This record gives sequence, C-alpha cells and structure tokens, in this order.
Amino acid sequence: MNTLRVLYFARLRERFGMAEETLEFSGATAADLVATLHARGGAWAEELGGSRTFRVAVNQDVVALDTPLPERAEVALFPPVTGG
Amino acid sequence: MKILVQGDAFDLGAEVDAMRHGRTDIGAIASFVGLARDMNEGSGVAAMTLEHYPGMTENALGKVVDDACARWPLLDVTVIHRVGRLLPGDPIVLVAVASSHRGEAFAACEFIMDYLKTRAPFWKREETPEGARWVEARASDEDAAARWLAD
Repeated sequence: MNTLRVLYFARLRERFGMAEETLEFSGATAADLVATLHARGGAWAEELGGSRTFRVAVNQDVVALDTPLPERAEVALFPPVTGG
Repeated sequence: MKILVQGDAFDLGAEVDAMRHGRTDIGAIASFVGLARDMNEGSGVAAMTLEHYPGMTENALGKVVDDACARWPLLDVTVIHRVGRLLPGDPIVLVAVASSHRGEAFAACEFIMDYLKTRAPFWKREETPEGARWVEARASDEDAAARWLAD
C-alpha cells in the first residue's frame, strides 16, 4: 500500500467538499487513482468521468495519466488554470 | 530574479526602480500589469477571488522564468502574482523583464505571461449578479502559449 496525500483545488475542492485527504492506495498510476476516486460516484464521477477537463500533478509537476505514483507522493487534482 | 505570490498590492514603479538600482548594463525594461476587469463573458464582475496551490505555484513560476532565461539573454526578471479577493481595477499580476536591448525584453515579457497563464496553478472565482462562478480556461490562452513552441 502506498500512502498518498491527495489535494483538490478550485472547482474540484468545492464539488468534493474537501481540500485534501490521505489515501491508502494499492494501484500504480495516476489513472488508477482517478479510477478509484471516480468509483465514489456523485460529484466524483461527474468531475472525473471524462466530460469535464482536469489536470493531475504529482509532487507539484503536471503529469500524464499513465505516470506511476511514487511512494508517499503528493498528488493534486485541479481544473485547467486561469491565473494571470 | 524575484518571484512573489502575495495578497498585497504591488507598485510597478518601485519594482522597476529596484530592478535598475545600482546597475548601468540594462538597456531595456519591458513590463506588463494585468488588472481585474469589471466584465467577463457578458456578466458584470463585482469581485474575484484568486486561489492557488502554495508551493507548486512558486515552482511553476520559477520554471517559466527559467525557460525565458534559456531563450533570451535576460539581465533580471520580476514576477508578482496576487491571490485572495480582488476588486475591479485592482492589479493582479506584474511581469518586468530587463535586458540589454528592447527586443528580448518585449518578447520575454509576453512569453512569461503566456506561459504563466497556462502553467501556473491559479484559479479565478468571479462574483457576478447571477452568482459566483469559476472562470473556465480559454483555448486562446493555450494557443498563445503554443505559438512559442514553433519558434
């Protein structure tokens, strides 16, 4: 089991009703984590089901979904950025 | 190089003065200041709140500045981005670039803004008469950043 710190920002933070959580994760990649979260249903399924765009960062770098998650990684899920 | 994420307002004149203080090798300083507008997507905007990802934000801005320094011979760069609640007319972001000649300064300033808008983890939430809403990312911002890949 890999203990992950998972952070949510902006619209995802609001829709999921939390800013962060600690997760015991048995999968391998960022896509596996997204599938785990999607399976919670409700807002999780709506936001992560493919109709809405989101980004995944691992240890503060945006990555592709097939990226393996290192031990004790900090993973963040958020909408496309809108600063500036 | 100076990269700051802060709630407080900034002073463009003071930042430019700090950049050129005590040196005579700078021939050009180009700067950009982004402001909070009172209108977006056809709705009045009474205020906006900027959220960010502490830690990643500073790293992402650092990488954007590093990319700019790898492309052009820059003498100094300042990037300041505000977070928290802002009102129409308030300054949001400042980019200032110093170089020997104007061409590099103009180009790098635009490059840094284009990359900041698509890579730095900030999100805007607007207060409108119809309620609060998260600003959606624009394809035109991705297009603006992609232009630099062809160069």
